[in-house]
Amino acid sequence: MHRFPALSRWLGILIKEFIQLKRDRLTFGMIVGIPIIQLMLFGFAINSDPRHMPAAVVMADPGPFARAYVAAMANSDYFRIVGSVDEREADDLLDRGEVQFVVTFPPGFHRELLRGNTPALLVEADATDPMATGGAISVLNHLGLEVFAPDLPGLQRPATPPVELRIHRRYNPEGVTAYNVVPGLLGVILTMTMVLMTGLAMTRERERGTFENLLATPATPLEIITGKIVPYILIGLIQVTLILLAARFVFAVPMHGNLALLYGVVLLFICANLTLGITFSSIARNQLQAMQMTFFFFLPSMLLSGFMFPFRGMPDWAQVIGNVLPLTHFLVLVRGILLKGNGADLLWGHVWPIVLFTVAVLALGLKTFRRTLD
Amino acid sequence: MAAPPFTIDVTGLNKHFGDKHVVKDLTLQVRAGEIFGFLGPNGSGKTTSIRLICGLLTPDSGQGTCLGLDVRSESAAIKRQVGYMTQRFSLWEDLTIAENLDFVARMFGMANRRAAVDQALADLGLTSRRDQVAGTLSGGWKQRLALASCLLHRPRLLLLDEPTAGVDPKARRDFWEEIHRLSAAGITVLVSTHYMDEAERCHRLAYIAYGRLLAAGTADDIVASQRLHTWEIGGDGQPGLAEELRRLPGADLVASFGTTLHVSGRDRGLLEAGLRAYVHGTALRMRSVPPSLEDAFIHLMQGTRDQFEA
Repeated sequence: MHRFPALSRWLGILIKEFIQLKRDRLTFGMIVGIPIIQLMLFGFAINSDPRHMPAAVVMADPGPFARAYVAAMANSDYFRIVGSVDEREADDLLDRGEVQFVVTFPPGFHRELLRGNTPALLVEADATDPMATGGAISVLNHLGLEVFAPDLPGLQRPATPPVELRIHRRYNPEGVTAYNVVPGLLGVILTMTMVLMTGLAMTRERERGTFENLLATPATPLEIITGKIVPYILIGLIQVTLILLAARFVFAVPMHGNLALLYGVVLLFICANLTLGITFSSIARNQLQAMQMTFFFFLPSMLLSGFMFPFRGMPDWAQVIGNVLPLTHFLVLVRGILLKGNGADLLWGHVWPIVLFTVAVLALGLKTFRRTLD
Repeated sequence: MAAPPFTIDVTGLNKHFGDKHVVKDLTLQVRAGEIFGFLGPNGSGKTTSIRLICGLLTPDSGQGTCLGLDVRSESAAIKRQVGYMTQRFSLWEDLTIAENLDFVARMFGMANRRAAVDQALADLGLTSRRDQVAGTLSGGWKQRLALASCLLHRPRLLLLDEPTAGVDPKARRDFWEEIHRLSAAGITVLVSTHYMDEAERCHRLAYIAYGRLLAAGTADDIVASQRLHTWEIGGDGQPGLAEELRRLPGADLVASFGTTLHVSGRDRGLLEAGLRAYVHGTALRMRSVPPSLEDAFIHLMQGTRDQFEA
């Protein structure tokens, strides 16, 4: 026996490893694909100082100063002014999450400003994601100085901003990160476990050869797929309950909305992920591949859904991808129900994309499943 | 309605996987109640043929009936009356014996599920081990369990894909006893195998190679169809004897059978003359014997190799 490794034998192992790696296309794809995807996402898509945040304006006093201020907001790059609305509409827009900010110019704003009375400018920010609002608010402070000072009579040019910014961090006044993260985790944990568990459920049958036996019975594809999905729906609901209990009693996350409604949305989201898992498993040839596919899906879900980084901070192409992912919509729904107390009427806009995703994936899954029989 | 004359009656079945033509113009008739053997080298299309017949796969072309039902359009109804035992053990190794049987019974929607499972366990002699996990069974027991699960729903046709691979001789013999009992009870059995002794236990046989059915009939029919003449060479067999005999004119086939050799060929006169000349003056003895099924199959296999691999 040799004490030292024999070079030719060692080389043999090395070469065999490379050959096997080359044959395993998916693993090879991961080695190349994951770094590229991560570079693209972290390098281009993710922006922790988001710009172009949608903002609405409530003009109780449409004077030239107010107009100048709004123009300056738009020019600052941090805001995208969606329009001028009344107070009720503004509330509605915030609840729906269609705007991140509402800036209200109070009656007599122009007059008070000229008198040097430091009028209040009400800024309501959707603080369900505290990270998304920070940068923009500090910009607003600067704008006060820059916009008004040059137009005011010389004596009145102050060193401090001539307007008082009253910032209301709506839905999360203290800016607690946990309020944003814990409901988000609900979606992330469900995505990971649901897709993975169902992905493995079917490939396990194929890998062990038991799938053949199942196919030789009169069981139909629909029976097999749904029969395999339902146990995981129950597991998902148990997970959700555990997370919600922790959110309530450990993290003190507010729960303003209807819990039944929340569970309804959760159920839909679970179905979307299970359908994807089943589809993965009818494409994957073994359990390892199912796991790799899950990872491929999980990575953009984490990064592009608005879970880790503000959704609005991403470039358009990343938002388009993000909008396909069910997690993106689920996060808006869950935060809407828990933190904003949104009712069913405000949710539909984020429900149908999940439904569409589920139906599309189910159709693909049934098609590939049928093909595996032949 | 009169019973159909054949349990399996298919014509011109074809199946491709990608650009591979796996089954070519399969035409086959299997009579009710007979044990029909499927033979052929590995990868010859036996498993695919079995799956086409039981409706697990849809043929690309061709038609036929299984149990009087159309193989193309009535596969669901066929599955309900067919027991299919896969080549590899395909029950759930992490379920117990009883759980496996119970699951299969449910899949076939059996009304008297519990009674059927209990009966199957009793027949197997596994009642006391019903809660043992199936994965811990030995090869022979796994095979018996698999057969029992195929029979649970009282199928009229049993499809067995190399059922005895990796099973010891005693268990194999018991298995075949069981197959004959089932056949006597009126169940039709289609079984694929590599073993000659098993082939000889079948009522009729078919030989498949390269996706084509090349011969069908009783064992005697198939032996006769090869028109072979065989001599057994015995005595002082020196090493390399088979190689030298193979070079003799007219020797199509030389096969070792323990201490003797079978030399076969179609041209009786040529082969006999060559053998006599070779044996003359040596310690070897030669005598004419009827060709065995194995001789016939090896000849078939050689012939097809020359035909398709050239």
